[in-house]
Formats: sequence, structure tokens, C-alpha cells
Amino acid sequence: MRAADALCEALKAEGVDYVFGIPGGASLPLYDALYDADFEHILARHEQGAGHAAEGYAKASGKVGVAFATSGPGATNLVTAIADAVMDSVPTVFITGQVRSNLIGTDGFQEADVTGITMPIVKHSFLVTEAKQIPDYIHKAFHIASTGRPGPVLVDIPRDLAEVEIDYEPITGKPNLPGYQPTTEGNIKQIRIAAKALANAQRPVIYSGGGVINANASDALRELVRADRFPVTSTLMGLGAYPAPDEQWLGMLGMHGTRSANYAMDEADLIVAIGARFDDRITGKLSEFAPAAKFIHIDVDPAEISKNVPAHIPIVGSAEKVLPKLTGEYRALEADGSRLDEWWSRIEGWREAHPLSYEDSDSEIKPQLLVEELYRATDGDAVITSDVGQHQMWAAQYYHFAKPRRWINSGGLGTMGFGLPAAIGAKAAMPDEQVVCLAGDGSLVMVCQEMATAIAHDLEVKIVLMNNGHFGMVRQWQELFWSERYKAVAMGPSPDWVKLAEAFGWRGAMCDQRDSLAEALRETLDSPGPALLDVRVTQDENCYPMIPAGSAARDMVG
Amino acid sequence: MADSKISEMKLADLEVSSGLTGRKHLLSLMVENRPGVLARVALLFSRRGFNIDTLAVGPTDDPDISRITLTVDGAVHPIDQVTKQLHKLINVIKIRDMDPAGTVSREMALFKVNATVESRAEIMEFSEIFRAQIVDVSRRALTIEVTGTADKIDAFESMIRPHGLIEMARTGEVAIARSRPES
Repeated sequence: MRAADALCEALKAEGVDYVFGIPGGASLPLYDALYDADFEHILARHEQGAGHAAEGYAKASGKVGVAFATSGPGATNLVTAIADAVMDSVPTVFITGQVRSNLIGTDGFQEADVTGITMPIVKHSFLVTEAKQIPDYIHKAFHIASTGRPGPVLVDIPRDLAEVEIDYEPITGKPNLPGYQPTTEGNIKQIRIAAKALANAQRPVIYSGGGVINANASDALRELVRADRFPVTSTLMGLGAYPAPDEQWLGMLGMHGTRSANYAMDEADLIVAIGARFDDRITGKLSEFAPAAKFIHIDVDPAEISKNVPAHIPIVGSAEKVLPKLTGEYRALEADGSRLDEWWSRIEGWREAHPLSYEDSDSEIKPQLLVEELYRATDGDAVITSDVGQHQMWAAQYYHFAKPRRWINSGGLGTMGFGLPAAIGAKAAMPDEQVVCLAGDGSLVMVCQEMATAIAHDLEVKIVLMNNGHFGMVRQWQELFWSERYKAVAMGPSPDWVKLAEAFGWRGAMCDQRDSLAEALRETLDSPGPALLDVRVTQDENCYPMIPAGSAARDMVG
Repeated sequence: MADSKISEMKLADLEVSSGLTGRKHLLSLMVENRPGVLARVALLFSRRGFNIDTLAVGPTDDPDISRITLTVDGAVHPIDQVTKQLHKLINVIKIRDMDPAGTVSREMALFKVNATVESRAEIMEFSEIFRAQIVDVSRRALTIEVTGTADKIDAFESMIRPHGLIEMARTGEVAIARSRPES
């Protein structure tokens, strides 16, 4: 069969049901093969949208997300999504058409060295040089993308090679990759030492990250946390791995985390990091981060361990494999739980003194209230995607995620415009779930063309637009740290979002009255088909509390 | 019973190292022999802010595998972090952080030196001491090939430099583990 048909066979064999993409000259043979494929192609309106949709699909389902683009500009438009996927460890395979092999290196029409461009932002990449490699590389790409620490893999296919007739045998079993053997089990001796350290800790904190969700280890995390009265906090990417709200749940930590979570890290004597990477948004000023703590670091990627913060007890392995062993070893020690009483009374003190709060208004819709109303209107059980900025932080603070894979956002790269295409991908993966994109007005305008994608493929996503007329987070920083010298943060004349939604065939509505917010949300969520609600919120609200960049956790403001 | 197990350990006794070893490390990488592998290794170093001091690439006895030998300053970069990042490259099959005592390492260098009638004899004498070869001669210059450890080549350079070094080319070290004594 043609190599392009073998590509589709290989995708089918990998269990693909949706791919996202945009065709072009160099990918014509691939699209000719897609004509007969047994899975659905969702036509995005910009390759970045296709890439983020593949990410949203992967984050919601845990399966590998797939995006297609043509050579040159098609491929370079994927770059942001690829970088996003590597930062947040999203299992994705990006398949790009390339110019004919005899044109490579000649600056041919729509030629870009996408393998070279993306080299620092992929987990791995393959440039096809012989047609028979195509299905083999696809299988390898899926294996690499989905195992160990997940990430993006690029397969670049010259147009002429996709048309060559090859013998295709479905490949079964593990592909032959001599340089790739992720460690998942965790060293049992190290796990025993970690259990003893936990039993000795007077002020422990469990610091859980996106790796727990990637490893589908939420149950295992809950078991560990409840093996004693361990306080647990989570990164932005880890929200939902431990069910919130809960007695032992401290809320998110980091720059816009809760005071109780950040103060607990500051005074902890033992921190158990699980699938988290001590990003600067977590640590603040590194030299003053958790000064009293020893660190157990559990991660499937050994290079994360001791990268930013040296680990006293490193454990290389996946959370899914390591946590049950750690819980078992800890229980066997029969540690005295009352040693944590003093620690809890300290934490309770912070909780009571510094709950998350905001000043409500009679006249305006406060953005935090919008998130609370959305939480109520969706029974706290929707798949929420977001863009990047204030609304993202408020969602993380006030939407108490109780299950994994319900909170889909761009953490590491912080990609504005992630939310809508990610919601489209998530809805394709989870057709029976309510999928809501909580968007920012600065972000949504960057990707609003993807509204056409949702309509064309009958994907019922909702957009709740937190419209404050500004690049709100940048405005906040200019207010707090740049002497209120506001530059390029007011959006100016905003699009008429209702008309724009309607122009794409969506239902559109606007709400600027506090009293009618709950009803407006209800109507938008209950209406059939894609719908957008433009909510006018307070324009100059700041997101607090906050650790100013480069400060220590104990110096939180707001 | 449980209590005694727990008390075997004190949190205060747990320690970490800085990761800096304070010495030069010679890393030997076995990599898949395919296009782009050297680019991936080089990009990783620049992306993570690591410096490569020397680099040598060549074939091995297996045509599918190449060897990249590179030296990195362990006083500046945590070697553990460097090797862990390298291991993440799918095309890197094996990495050895070569133990200096158990390693034979060699570098080759070519020196083109001013050689006047007065200095020529002295330069040739140095070359003999260093077991270097004169590989090219002209009326005013000598080109000398030296093979040895990086230290030996450094030493030769410092001897020859006062005579007027016109040009120098060094290969970077290659290395191989010493055979274990027969038991």
C-alpha cells in the first residue's frame, strides 16, 4: 500500500479516533489517505488551534493527541503548541508534511526545517528519509509520546515518500529503541527510606504536581495522603488529583496559591514532591524556598530530580507505581499520628486567618464571583479549560476541582489562546461531559477563529468569557510593580462578542448584571450547541494573594 | 517494634551534595549513527546553559553506533544533571562518565611554529622529548604533530609558544576504558 495509507493504518492500530489538522500542498498524500481512514479528522482554522486541540484531547482523555499540518508555515504554526506540550508533558504526536525529498535544503516553496526548529521543544522527532520508515516511526512516536514522562513527538514526512508503495505489516509489541528505557517502578530501598522519613516528620507537606495526573495516580495519591493526616497541596497542573475541598487539602501553592499552602511549605520539615518540578512559580526566591525542609522527590523523569532543588531522597519512578509502595511501607511503620497535631493546629491557624477572599460588590460582577457561580452552575463537575492570566488563577483558586483531567490549562508555557481549541479537543475526547472554556478577553481574540471548528464538527463547547477589557495580569503587574504606568494593557474597543459568536453560528449572550449572572450562566450552559456568554467583570480587580516574583513565600502580599 | 524502625533515621541527618565535583569530566556517549544526533547533543548543551570544553565524534566498531567524547567542567556544571539530560535524548544509547584512573585518553594536536635557524634545534629537541613528529617543514616554520593526554599537549604548547606559535589545531580528547587486569 502507499506509505500514506500505512500511516493511517498505524494510527488506527494505535487507537486513534480523532486527529486535528489543516491540509496543504505537502500533506496532500496524507489527506488523500485520510479520505479512507476509519477515524475522524477535525479541521481546525489555524494550525496552532489544531495543536492545542490535540493537547486538550490528550489532557482530557489521557490518550495521545494527534495534529496534522503541512510544510513550512503550517508546521511553524504548530510550534507554540509543541512547546506547550513539552512544558506540560502532554502526550502528543505532530505529523507534518515536508517538501519533496529532492527539494529539502533548496529553500523550496513552503520549506521550513521544522525538525531543526522544534529540536529543543520535542521529546523526540523523526525526519522520514525512506518511505518504509513511516509506519515504524508512527509506532515509535506513540510509544515515546505516551510512556515515561509524556511529551510531544514530531514526524516530518516528505511529500514524495508518502506516495511510495511499501509493504506494511502492523507492528505489535514494544518498538526497538535502544536509547529509551524509562524507569517506572521506583527503587524499593529508597521508598523504604522515604517512608521512614515521613514517619519521622513533624511538619510534612505533600506537594503534588501534574505528573500525578499524567500517571493516573489520583487514587494512589489519596491513599498516601490519608495514610496519615498529611497536609496536601498541589501545583496548577496537579489540581484535581486530590479531591478538593477536603480537610487535608491546603489549596494550590505558588505565586497565587493559598497562604496556608505556601506557609506550610515555608515551615515544613519534610516535603514530598510527586510529579512536580519546583518551577519558579512554585519556589519564588529559590534560596529562601522551604528553608527548614528535607525533600523526597518522586518523578518519572530523573533529570527533574535535583534540577532546581536538591533532593535528599530521590525516587525515579511513576507516581502510579511508587505511591502504593510508599503508602504500604509507611503504614507498616505504624507511626504515631498524634505527632502531627501541633502542625495541624499551626495550619488551621493560617487557614482561619487567611482564607481565600475578595471584596464583593453590589453593582459589579467580581471575577471571583463569576468563577464561584460557574462552579455552582456546573455542580463543580465540568471539564474546564482556560487561557492564561488572571482568570486562569481565579479558576484555580475558586473552582475546587474534585477529579483529575477536569482542569485543562497551559501551565508551563503559559500560552494565551489555549482555552478554546483545548476545549474543542476535550469535547471530542469526552462527548458526554460538559466542557466549558473559561476564557480571557485578551486570550480569546487570539484564537476566536476556532469557533468555526466547533460549529463545523458539532462539538458542543461553551465559552464563559471573563471580560475585563484588559490584559488583566499584565495590567496588575504594571499597577503593582511598574508605578501604574499602564501601557498596551487596555484592549480598547472590544469586539461585540455576541455578534461575533452569532457570526460563527454560535449562541451569544452578554451579562453585565450581578443579579442575572446565575441565570445567564444557566441559559448558556443549558442551550444546545456551542454558546458564548460575555460576562463584563470588574476591570481593575487584582488577583491575590500573590508572591511577588523573586520573593519568598512568607512575603506574600494581598 | 514499629517505633524502633522509625527511630533508625533522623531527618536532620539527611544530606545533599551540591552536585559539583570540581574536576574535569570526560563523558563517552554511544549514540545512534544517524543524521541530527550531534545537533541534538549540541543543542541540549546550549539550551541548558552547559559548556562543552572539547568534543570529538567518530565511528565505533559497530557501524550503527557512533561515539561522542566530550569534556565538561564539573566545577561549573553539576555532571549528574548533564548526564541525566543527555540520557533523555532518545538517540543516546549509553553514557560513561570516564573514571580518570581507569581510562586511557588521547588527543592529537598540530602546531605550526616559527622556526628560525637559531631556534630550530631547540624546537626539534622539545619535539623529541614529547615524542612529537615533525610533519611539515618550510624555511621559516615547522609543523609538529603531538599525541597524548590533554595535559601533555598543554605542556607542549607552553614550551613551544615562546618561539612564535603561528597556528594550532586540536582534536579534543577521545577515550576508552582500561581493560581490567586478568584475574
